[in-house]
Amino acid sequence: MRKKDRIVFLFFSLFVGLFPLVVASIKAVSHYIDVMIFAGIFSLVSIGLCLLMGYAGQISLAQAAFMGIGAYCSGILTTHYGWPSSLALMVGLVVTGVVAYGVGVPSLKLKGHYLAMATLGFGMIVHIVLNEEVELTGGPSGLVGISGLGIGNFQISSPFAWYYLVWGCVATVMLFSLNLVRSRIGRAFLAIHADERAAQAMGVDVSNYKVKVFVLSALLASFAGSLYAHYVEFLNPGSFGLMWSIKFVLMVMVGGIQNLWGAVIGTVFLTFLSNEWLHFLADFEVLIYGLILLVIAMFIPQGLVTVVATKLLKKGLRDGA
Amino acid sequence: MARKLLRLESVSRKFGGLDALRNVTYAVPEGVIQAIIGPNGAGKTTLFNCVSGVFPPTSGSIYFDGVRIDGLPSHKIAALGVSRTFQNVALFKNMSVLENVMLGRHRQSRAGFLACGFRLPSMKREEQEIIRRAREYLDFVGLVDEENKPAGSLPLGKQKILEIARALATEPRLLLLDEPAGGLNTAETEQLGDLIRRIKKTLGVTVLLVEHDMNLVMECSDLVVVLHFGTVLASGTPSEVKNNEKVIEVYLGSAAN
Repeated sequence: MRKKDRIVFLFFSLFVGLFPLVVASIKAVSHYIDVMIFAGIFSLVSIGLCLLMGYAGQISLAQAAFMGIGAYCSGILTTHYGWPSSLALMVGLVVTGVVAYGVGVPSLKLKGHYLAMATLGFGMIVHIVLNEEVELTGGPSGLVGISGLGIGNFQISSPFAWYYLVWGCVATVMLFSLNLVRSRIGRAFLAIHADERAAQAMGVDVSNYKVKVFVLSALLASFAGSLYAHYVEFLNPGSFGLMWSIKFVLMVMVGGIQNLWGAVIGTVFLTFLSNEWLHFLADFEVLIYGLILLVIAMFIPQGLVTVVATKLLKKGLRDGA
Repeated sequence: MARKLLRLESVSRKFGGLDALRNVTYAVPEGVIQAIIGPNGAGKTTLFNCVSGVFPPTSGSIYFDGVRIDGLPSHKIAALGVSRTFQNVALFKNMSVLENVMLGRHRQSRAGFLACGFRLPSMKREEQEIIRRAREYLDFVGLVDEENKPAGSLPLGKQKILEIARALATEPRLLLLDEPAGGLNTAETEQLGDLIRRIKKTLGVTVLLVEHDMNLVMECSDLVVVLHFGTVLASGTPSEVKNNEKVIEVYLGSAAN
């Protein structure tokens, strides 16, 4: 990891570690712990999407669907079949991995808009299946009575335990991803992003890497989905529809498409917007997302966090000199 | 004559109704600088693309060191020891100069997702080795002082040199250079000629060169083949080709007189 990343990671750990302690002591915002748990779960999805979109340059509008596959695997196996939650989570990962591979191999031959359309189509299929397979999924009225998360005999029950579990996972995934993008594999991603033909001529197996990063992002989404299922203990197909896939793209774009920290910050920001600050707008909150997307795409395509970080870095250099 | 490193046997490539290559049969001996010349549209770049696997020939076969390579995807051909540059510079502009050359080391390194994600000791050692070797190639082409610059910020001449360094980092036995002097000034072209000769002499790499700059071609190459409307018009040493009547008629004639 680069020195800069180490410093940021230290600040990140401090903030994440102290956040619940501070927030819990202030009554008006004590429920922010709950919002942050959701933000952490969604961050796992957006980190994966950041690797896929920002680094390897492949778009996916199916992340919510992959999250849904993981979530429903966990939900169905624990409710209908009484499986232990940790085993159900792993089965979810296997199922999602296989499905993502099957979808990825043909669709990643497509580029740009066509890839977006293919993944969008897949996402809609998953959404329809979740709605229609009523016996298994509970259909539109949802799947209730999912057990909490247990690891062996140890049950994760208090919000604090959930918070630290989720953000511990985010920190681990973050470290893994930071290392990954600064390695030969990260360079292969960037090369594919910049010029597939040249990457291939330099010996990079382009289609293999595209499928692998697609599967990796799907696995992260599936893992997040399982956490979501056990945390909320209720699932509804609406949480895994197209709108959510678009939201994940937006989360990555707000922070900075090729910036892993930006993906997490963007996710936290948008989660607070949708769960807290824009709640009063009800259905109209979508308008705000559209506006944000428009402003980012037109004026700050490199993303908010990237812009602010570059400004700070420049200022730091000036002051230091 | 030295053994043949690359052999084309009646290679043809059609684009719709256009025959870009027609029954090209030709062999490149190991250890030479072989130039391919010919007017625009003669099929030079098409030939490169067939050899490097950007697309397969419509018919015919291509052998690299005795192994049939036509129809293989280009990363597999690269793995056998064929590397190339592109007519319109194809650098990774989202990466630094050094990282571009490091990418060239891709197939010489092994670390997988887990080794990279957890920075295992084996991966760290390998990464040090990648950096060391990449710097050697930057040093070889004379770009070592620019290693931290974004690749896209270099002037065109240096971008073309960097592309050669990246191709060399893959440790090819055959290097295809597609118009390396295009857009370079006289001084830069001279330096390029030196570099191409050093690639053959120091690294022992066979070079296949598509080029319009006749001075460069005549000075640096051991052998020249002339393509005309997708067929081989003539081949031989530079002076043989220069004095070939057919060549003078269709190609050099208009340029030389």
